[in-house]
Amino acid sequence: MAYILNTDDDVALMLRRIGAGSIDELFAAAPESVRLKRLLDVPPALGELELTSHVTAIAARNVGADSRVCFLGGGAYDHFIPAVVDQLAGRGEFYTAYTPYQPEASQGTLQAIFEYQTLVARLTGLDVSNASLYDGGSAVAEAALMARGVTGRSGRIVVAGSAHPESIQVLKTYLANLETEIVVVPQRDGAVEVSEVAGAIDSRTAAVIVQQPNFFGVIEDVSAIVAAARKAGAIAVVSFDPISLGLLRRPGDYGADVAVAEGQCLGNPLAYGGPYLGMMACRESYVRKMPGRIVGQTVDHHGKRCWVLTLQTREQHIRREKATSNICTNQGLLALRASIYLATLGPRGLARVAELSTRKAHYAAERLASVPGLSLAFDRPFFKEFVVRCSVDATSVLAEVGRRGFHGGVALKRFFPEMEDSILIAVTEKRTRDEIDALAVAYDESIRAVRS
Amino acid sequence: MNDKAPRLLFEKSRPGRGTDVIPRSDVPDRPLDSLLPASELASNLVPLPELGELDVVRHYTRLSQLNMAIDSHFYPLGSCTMKYNPKRNERLASLPGLASVHPYQDESTLQGILELLYDLQGILGEIAGLDAVSLQPAAGAQGELAALLTAAAYFRDRGEKRTKVLIPDSAHGTNPASAHLAGFDAVTIKSDSRGLVDMADFMSKHDDQTAVFMITNPNTVGRFDPQVVEIARALHDRGSLLYLDGANMNAILGVVRPGDMGVDLMHYNPHKTFSGPHGGGGPGAGPIAVRASLAPYLPAPIVVKRSDGVFALDYDRPKSIGRTRSFFGNVGVLVRAYCYIRAQGPEGLRRIAEHAVLNANYLLALIKEEYPVPFGDRCMHEFVASARGLARDRGIRAFDIAKGLIDRGFHPPTVYFPLIVSEALMIEPTECESRETLEEFARALLEIAAEDPEKLHEAPVTTPVCRPDEVAAARSPILIHPEASRAGIER
Ligand SMILES: Cc1ncc(COP(=O)(O)O)c(C=O)c1O
Repeated sequence: MAYILNTDDDVALMLRRIGAGSIDELFAAAPESVRLKRLLDVPPALGELELTSHVTAIAARNVGADSRVCFLGGGAYDHFIPAVVDQLAGRGEFYTAYTPYQPEASQGTLQAIFEYQTLVARLTGLDVSNASLYDGGSAVAEAALMARGVTGRSGRIVVAGSAHPESIQVLKTYLANLETEIVVVPQRDGAVEVSEVAGAIDSRTAAVIVQQPNFFGVIEDVSAIVAAARKAGAIAVVSFDPISLGLLRRPGDYGADVAVAEGQCLGNPLAYGGPYLGMMACRESYVRKMPGRIVGQTVDHHGKRCWVLTLQTREQHIRREKATSNICTNQGLLALRASIYLATLGPRGLARVAELSTRKAHYAAERLASVPGLSLAFDRPFFKEFVVRCSVDATSVLAEVGRRGFHGGVALKRFFPEMEDSILIAVTEKRTRDEIDALAVAYDESIRAVRS
Repeated sequence: MNDKAPRLLFEKSRPGRGTDVIPRSDVPDRPLDSLLPASELASNLVPLPELGELDVVRHYTRLSQLNMAIDSHFYPLGSCTMKYNPKRNERLASLPGLASVHPYQDESTLQGILELLYDLQGILGEIAGLDAVSLQPAAGAQGELAALLTAAAYFRDRGEKRTKVLIPDSAHGTNPASAHLAGFDAVTIKSDSRGLVDMADFMSKHDDQTAVFMITNPNTVGRFDPQVVEIARALHDRGSLLYLDGANMNAILGVVRPGDMGVDLMHYNPHKTFSGPHGGGGPGAGPIAVRASLAPYLPAPIVVKRSDGVFALDYDRPKSIGRTRSFFGNVGVLVRAYCYIRAQGPEGLRRIAEHAVLNANYLLALIKEEYPVPFGDRCMHEFVASARGLARDRGIRAFDIAKGLIDRGFHPPTVYFPLIVSEALMIEPTECESRETLEEFARALLEIAAEDPEKLHEAPVTTPVCRPDEVAAARSPILIHPEASRAGIER
């Protein structure tokens, strides 16, 4: 019954008007041979209260960032989400609408996207942004595809091995059948060597992709990499952490052609990995090769300023197999949340989140480096994330740290088998000095416990 | 709706304004250039607007009021299944035990969510009548890509190099775009006079180079194509695979299972069929279901239940195509889908299909005299009417009808898709609407058909804007606010 309004009387009346004897008759086009002759084997229906109890019990079997102090990062971060973000994005007029195909019925969504595009352009220092992509990983892949379109080169994509390993995997998956070689320049001691990146670029290279700060939190010599890419006529793609731009130079400031990001950190919940927000900004001259929806300003019939979906001839619903991308449904609501977040923080708030995260991360690194059995893995500058090496089994230590009430870090073994002693630790503005001090104590105790 | 055009965030900005949502520092305040290389530090602040919290609240509240949405309006946007998005699911998906789970937590701390996802894999497999499920893809289009890459890996593993994907001309644009991205040539198959697959065209194009046929069934004109059985047999005889674009699953839930009609692989759109809110454009999700022979190639990880009852992520899948995105998937959307399915149960799922089809047929019956439906008097969950006659005789085009509907308080249907119907109005009422709503909508459509065309060309008149100039927008694009300061703000 749930969510169906037709009464038995309605059904009878409707069938009469249709001229059908039964609802079943309406399915006549489906041959008997393919009809399901039984009910689906799925669990029985639950009422609202039972469903609530059921899902609440499921949720209680997770131990999330709400119940253990979270020092996990690797692309998804426990930053603070101001109440206005949930309240405003939780308005049904936003979240129960769809793609603004009908501009008169969707000026709210359209203006919000136009503002999002402007915010992203300002954030990255680039000219234009699209309305969103799925996530940070597929944004990297889309940037590579776009670079092939812009440069007309499809021979090679060069990617820094210090980028998020999952982004590199997505890149490989997306390009698997497109006959483009993907060269991963190995990271050495937590960063790539500029000369090695430059050496991998050839005249067939469409794009050079580097992440700043990189997967290990390390600040790369990104200007030099961007310069090497551009010198060779390749598109310089920078994958950035949006929060870091409260402090660090923007991709556009050092010559990047395309900037992509995982935008989860901008007011979106962790939610076990999604839905998140793929961000993309680029030079204006590439816009006709850009993937995804784009909103433009125009005037209406009466000369009044307004907004519409534009440059749609790039998109699959018009161009079909010649489209710049296959994306249709995107991450609109997450882009809206990111806009509300940025509008709420403003320039000073964003700078403050970045500064606090940096200071706290450095404080944590100092504290943890003084724990016997732990040491910093790399002697390199870092933003809000860093790697420690552990003299005893890292997985066992993390399990002990967990028992003491912390998500203490990400064991890097899952991405790099050779880094089995390494742990990636992220610190956001939410972590307090007390929590960081307690984490150091927890590591100390845990290492002792594992040793004995 | 009041007429005042809201100013942009950037126009409301005032230097020095701000909010107070970020904590104070409680760690040593060392100079930043002792922590980070001075060469990498930005000299200025990012030029974001400077606003107070009330500014932000008023701004977005006002913007929201300029939208039509399911919560406020009938929204029969064909192919998009704009059904009611249950409020309870919003609340459940934002329980801290679900919303604050980090993707890289240890599996021992993820047993709740992994169990939910494991169960959802099983449920989606059962509804599909297929053997294995990947929940990873981020939306329907990414599901198409993931499934086609899965098919390509399957053929490669068998030492076959097949180059073609066959796609009906009535298919959604994502189908050919995904096929191209997966490295295939997209070959168009014509529709016949009934709106179904033209079998002669299919037979002439189907050969040993065909990897996959992508069918949408029911298709985009709202008809169930009974030839699917024959198509599947022909494909399988030559080792080709049948893919189902599952955008229209709402019509056949519990009535027909794709696997039983010969489908080998498919995607779901949980944001359509299973009521995930569309979010003003997204997010969605695009789980895929496949036959056992294709399972080894699915994206990794998959959720498994170990013999000791513990749930785990299986990454050890050597033949997997890899990842199509970062992290597990659009879990928030999947959680809502799970809640929705659990609230329905087996009878409820079938009722959804029955009432979606009933509502569409009733609406069709109410309007078919004025709005001919080229492909028949009966439909599944949606139908495509044509305004061709109205356009020819009275100068009332599908576009004008859409605008006239806005003035009458309805979100318009999908217009000008599918491409095989001229002046197409693709109408999908969903199971959630009442008979009264359908009747009011039909009355509005009939009134529009009789409206003075001149007047209709001025529509909509009730909205703050009317007929934006889309040609000008595309000719000289303004894609960001030109006056928003580019330069940074001084620290
Ligand atoms: C028939 C059909 N196929 C595929 C898609 C693509 O799905 P998505 O938008 O979730 O990527 C859509 C929806 O937009 C559709 O209507």
